[in-house]
Amino acid sequence: MKQTALYERHKAAGARIVDFGGWAMPLHYGSQIDEHHAVRQSAGMFDVSHMTVVDISGADAGPWLRYLLANNIDRLPAVGKGLYSCMLNETGGVVDDLIVYNRGPAEYRMVVNAATREADLDWMHSTADGFDVTIRERAELAMLAVQGPAARELTAPLLPAHAGADALHLGSFESFEPDAPGEYFIARTGYTGEDGWEIVLTATAALTLWDELRAAGVQPCGLGARDTLRLEAGLNLYGQDMTTQTTPLESNLAWTVAWEPEERDFMGRRALEAQRAAGPSHKLVGLLLEGRGIMRAGQVVQTSAGPGEITSGGFSPSMEQSIAFARVPTKSDEHCEVEIRKNVVPARIVKPPFVKNGRVLING
Amino acid sequence: MSEVPDQLLFTEDHEWLRLEDDGDVTVGITDHAQAALGELVFVEVPETGAEFAEGDACAVVESVKAASDVYCPLSGEVTEVNEALADEPELVNSSPYEDGWIFRLRPTDATVLDEMMDAEAYERYLAELED
Repeated sequence: MKQTALYERHKAAGARIVDFGGWAMPLHYGSQIDEHHAVRQSAGMFDVSHMTVVDISGADAGPWLRYLLANNIDRLPAVGKGLYSCMLNETGGVVDDLIVYNRGPAEYRMVVNAATREADLDWMHSTADGFDVTIRERAELAMLAVQGPAARELTAPLLPAHAGADALHLGSFESFEPDAPGEYFIARTGYTGEDGWEIVLTATAALTLWDELRAAGVQPCGLGARDTLRLEAGLNLYGQDMTTQTTPLESNLAWTVAWEPEERDFMGRRALEAQRAAGPSHKLVGLLLEGRGIMRAGQVVQTSAGPGEITSGGFSPSMEQSIAFARVPTKSDEHCEVEIRKNVVPARIVKPPFVKNGRVLING
Repeated sequence: MSEVPDQLLFTEDHEWLRLEDDGDVTVGITDHAQAALGELVFVEVPETGAEFAEGDACAVVESVKAASDVYCPLSGEVTEVNEALADEPELVNSSPYEDGWIFRLRPTDATVLDEMMDAEAYERYLAELED
């Protein structure tokens, strides 16, 4: 298994290590539920160095990204701005979801998923024919996510070269790169539904920052808490909630498709337009279990309009009940039933997020 | 290292059994089992009066990660269940041999208990699993 720069730090912190897409990653450091609450109530940190950072440059960087991505980088006029987007294939299926940042004239940075690294890079190269663009993977860089209501104030004093003050001015989905030795990239983004930063930095700097954050009382958090936090926050997980077999319109991601301007011919556009005109047969929704049990991916959901399937499910530590995402027929009404093992348990279709900024938004 | 109390009996499925004075058998999962499952968030106990054969799935323990069946270690009728687990499934993690018991059973044939592992045998079994 591949190890991140912080692997020994995880072991020292008592992590239970698991194989995650070929990476030896921490599942938890004792209690994934405590880690979850730390992020909702104070601050937690995640080693996300396994994620793939890809820097894009060249005269055609802009035109190529306008073709590659379903969202439109013209929504990123200012340097530092970030944008969430899907990368689609010809049939409108999702190859991956990512964040792309504007780093200056003809310079962009994309952060894509770890498990899809190879398929993503292959897809990027195969779509770049005829474009003057350089696609450079930055496997040597580490990445830390510090998340929670206290995350920014605890992290700011630890940033190099007085970057903390500037970092505190970042708006949501904004990034900046302080003028410091080595490389440092700070973005006000995350995958938890809480405020915080995601920081791309050198391996050496990551070790120092990890140690200083621990000393400041920031809770190390593993993949287990990352999953329950993103589920509560209504954030999709690639490979579970959307795949190459589903489009953004069937994945609660229609808002990430930039239809305007009409003349922008992005990959998958024709297929998506046809689906939009016909009306997608399925939609991705949130589920709140009204009886006892835990919903899990793969379970069948019976709705008023036919069967559907849970794509992600589990126990919400903030709500102390089971929540899920499910792909169901578009015409389904609010009430449904989930087949949990031998039981048929009533559930309610809701609109995620379930929890945001420490507050439960959906009433059980 | 898992805790393995002396006075209990054990199965290869990591359940423990305790023969009570009235002849009923109390069943739970071992410290090793709860540690392997991770933090429990839901326990489905059987119904009092239900009858099970040895090896039947009779309860479910669900952790943050996944659901696992608890298999009935011997045939019999359920006489009592641990109602506290409905609100506090984490008792199985914090107190697997005491407050985290799952159900009590009146055995059809108590002599099968003679074939179960004692603490020493279960410790050897755990050691073999780790090899």
